[in-house]
Amino acid sequence: MIRRTLLQAIAAGALAAALPAAHAQKPVELSFYYPVAVGGPVTKTIDQMAADFEKENPDIRIKPVYAGTYQESIVKVLTAFKSGQPPHLAVLLSTDMFTLIDEGAIVPIDGLASSAEDKQWLGGFFDSFMMNSRTGGKTWGVPFQRSTIVLYWNKELFKEAGLDPDKGPATWDEMVEFAKKLTKTDASGKVTQWGVKIPSSGFPYWLFQGLTTPNGALLMNEAGNETWFDKPEVVEALQYWVDLSAKHKVMPGGVIEWGTTPKDFFERTAAMVWTTTGNLTNIRTNAGFPFGVAMLPAKKQRGSPTGGGNFYVFEKSSDEEKQAALKFIKWATAPERAAQWSIATGYVAVTPAAWDTPAMKKYVEEVPQATVARDQLEFSVAELSTHENQRVTKALNDGLQAALTGSKAPEAAMKDAQREADRILRNYR
Amino acid sequence: MTDSGVPAHAQQPDGRAAAGLASGGTHPGAPLSGAAPPAAPAAQPVRAGASGQVIGWLLLLPAMVLLVMFTHWPALATAWHSLFSTPKGARPARFVGLENYQLMLEDDVFWQALWNNLWFALGTIPTSIAIALAMALWVNGRLAGRGFLRMAYFTPTVLPMIAVANIWLFFYTPQYGLLEQITGALGFPSHNWLGDRGTVLGATMVVAIWKEAGFFMIFYLAALQQISPTLAEAAALEGASRWQYFRRVLFPLLMPTTLFVLINALINSVRMVDHIFVMTRGGPDNASALLLYYIYQVGFSFWDSAYAAALTVVVLAILGVTAFVKFRVLDRRTHYQ
Repeated sequence: MIRRTLLQAIAAGALAAALPAAHAQKPVELSFYYPVAVGGPVTKTIDQMAADFEKENPDIRIKPVYAGTYQESIVKVLTAFKSGQPPHLAVLLSTDMFTLIDEGAIVPIDGLASSAEDKQWLGGFFDSFMMNSRTGGKTWGVPFQRSTIVLYWNKELFKEAGLDPDKGPATWDEMVEFAKKLTKTDASGKVTQWGVKIPSSGFPYWLFQGLTTPNGALLMNEAGNETWFDKPEVVEALQYWVDLSAKHKVMPGGVIEWGTTPKDFFERTAAMVWTTTGNLTNIRTNAGFPFGVAMLPAKKQRGSPTGGGNFYVFEKSSDEEKQAALKFIKWATAPERAAQWSIATGYVAVTPAAWDTPAMKKYVEEVPQATVARDQLEFSVAELSTHENQRVTKALNDGLQAALTGSKAPEAAMKDAQREADRILRNYR
Repeated sequence: MTDSGVPAHAQQPDGRAAAGLASGGTHPGAPLSGAAPPAAPAAQPVRAGASGQVIGWLLLLPAMVLLVMFTHWPALATAWHSLFSTPKGARPARFVGLENYQLMLEDDVFWQALWNNLWFALGTIPTSIAIALAMALWVNGRLAGRGFLRMAYFTPTVLPMIAVANIWLFFYTPQYGLLEQITGALGFPSHNWLGDRGTVLGATMVVAIWKEAGFFMIFYLAALQQISPTLAEAAALEGASRWQYFRRVLFPLLMPTTLFVLINALINSVRMVDHIFVMTRGGPDNASALLLYYIYQVGFSFWDSAYAAALTVVVLAILGVTAFVKFRVLDRRTHYQ
């Protein structure tokens, strides 16, 4: 009898030991492509995240693959997809959603997240971040590293110009008025310090949305097959942008390079600059003067587009792998993780819950400027994203640069851009 | 290094477009081996008959496989794909004939890129060859610190183009950039070099010339060192001026090198677009868009691979025709030693 129980106990024990062992032998392996678009040790942070996740979930293995810039990452992901072996999950631009759907490369997240708890999690993000993640009644991406545009101003130069150093411009008129006071010329008439710089190289459409949104104009519909580039409000917004240099002479003429704008700010050759919240850590480290962060100035209302990257889950993997991918995404966007990621990079933490964590509260105390981006979310709209996204955006970018370099009038430039967008999108209507 | 080497780029499989372009360069490069000691006359078959032929083909096989796989096949596949529509999601590719080429005729950006590229070639090729020749003559002479000078001229070639472009981006920055500091000190007004449609292409040309002149200098230097000093002595005895010696003796003897460098410069003017990615991304409003950059954009931003293939075929045709004309015209006037 005793022997029997003993045997049973041993058998049970062996079985119990064998079960997790069997599990551990065959963990689900997930490849995870991610880009790096801001400064800082992002690669190290991601590797650490993967390691932490594996510790808590020994049955899943995450293989993070650094894939370059956003542009390089989608090239790699789509090439891998076309050759039949896409990654299981990836972080790509939120605006790549339509491209990925048209290629049939991604699966809707709400198809995977079916339990009540999952649904609650998916509903927990800031709504303005979800605008670039949904179309046709489905959710295709999960916000991860997201940003908005804000205005940085140099408090020292404000003081020198006799302005209140603690107050950024609140309206379009105020920005021009401040910028006039902040623009300085030397004896020969050469400008040594510009009032404001809004960069216009590379992706001017994004910064342009920082002007069209306050003017009450949207650039596209939710289905992503219609654009409104030649609406009067849009033309008016472009006119304001062009006037900053052409009429008011407070911004340099021609196209302003995105990459050197933070440096212009450090060098005090620009008193106010527009750039991403993702540059906050960069500017904090390198600006040798006190600076302020403000929401973009208002015209009819406040407003800015969101930007940055979403998680996507890919086709051509098993259900088990898709569920494992979802598990990782849920884990990575949990409040503590989102807070940690935001503090490490400068991106805006993607859920209201993340802002309530102790770590985030402490960070906000040290860097009160970080909250500006969060508060602006209330007025934020989706970043321009349509079918044939890059082509449509290029049509708008070309028009904007033509207007800013003076080769086309704003209205003609926007008419041309709209005509081109109509031509590209006609197959999707 | 002599000028008989196979162009280095032909060995780099940098993507379909580049591989397609390289095929325009590899072949024209081949006759240049004549610049080296005369090639051995066609090998006499040791044993006539089938077995000798088999051995011959076997010896050729490794090189042929590589050439066919990475040069000829991609070029043909590109031409074939350009006749189909781009497959997308559930829609497979279908035969569309010449529709992609028709589209090109109406594509303003393509025409702009074509013109830009033409200006880019006209702006960079003669200048970089002239500078390369001048530098080679200069560092070929007996002067102190010659090794250092040669290295200094060659350094831009060694640097990766992406790094170079990032440095030049800051040279061109308005207000505190290096260029602005110099022009500012001389009392010129400030100028936004990369942000102005009128100057952006010129600004990118300067970078290209700076980058490749040192590379071409090496070829000229190698050629100069193979020219016998007796020629200079003979010319001096005859009372020829230095200019006459250069014009009548040196330059004609350098002609094979010039031809090789010319072809390379032409290929580079189409192939070198790395700096466009970093410095301008084709902007403002396509003022600095070059053909290969546009092909990349169509292929990998717009994912319209069929149209990108059609564009590649056109570039390939342009390069092929140019190389053909060059060899027809210049080869006759070229004196091989």
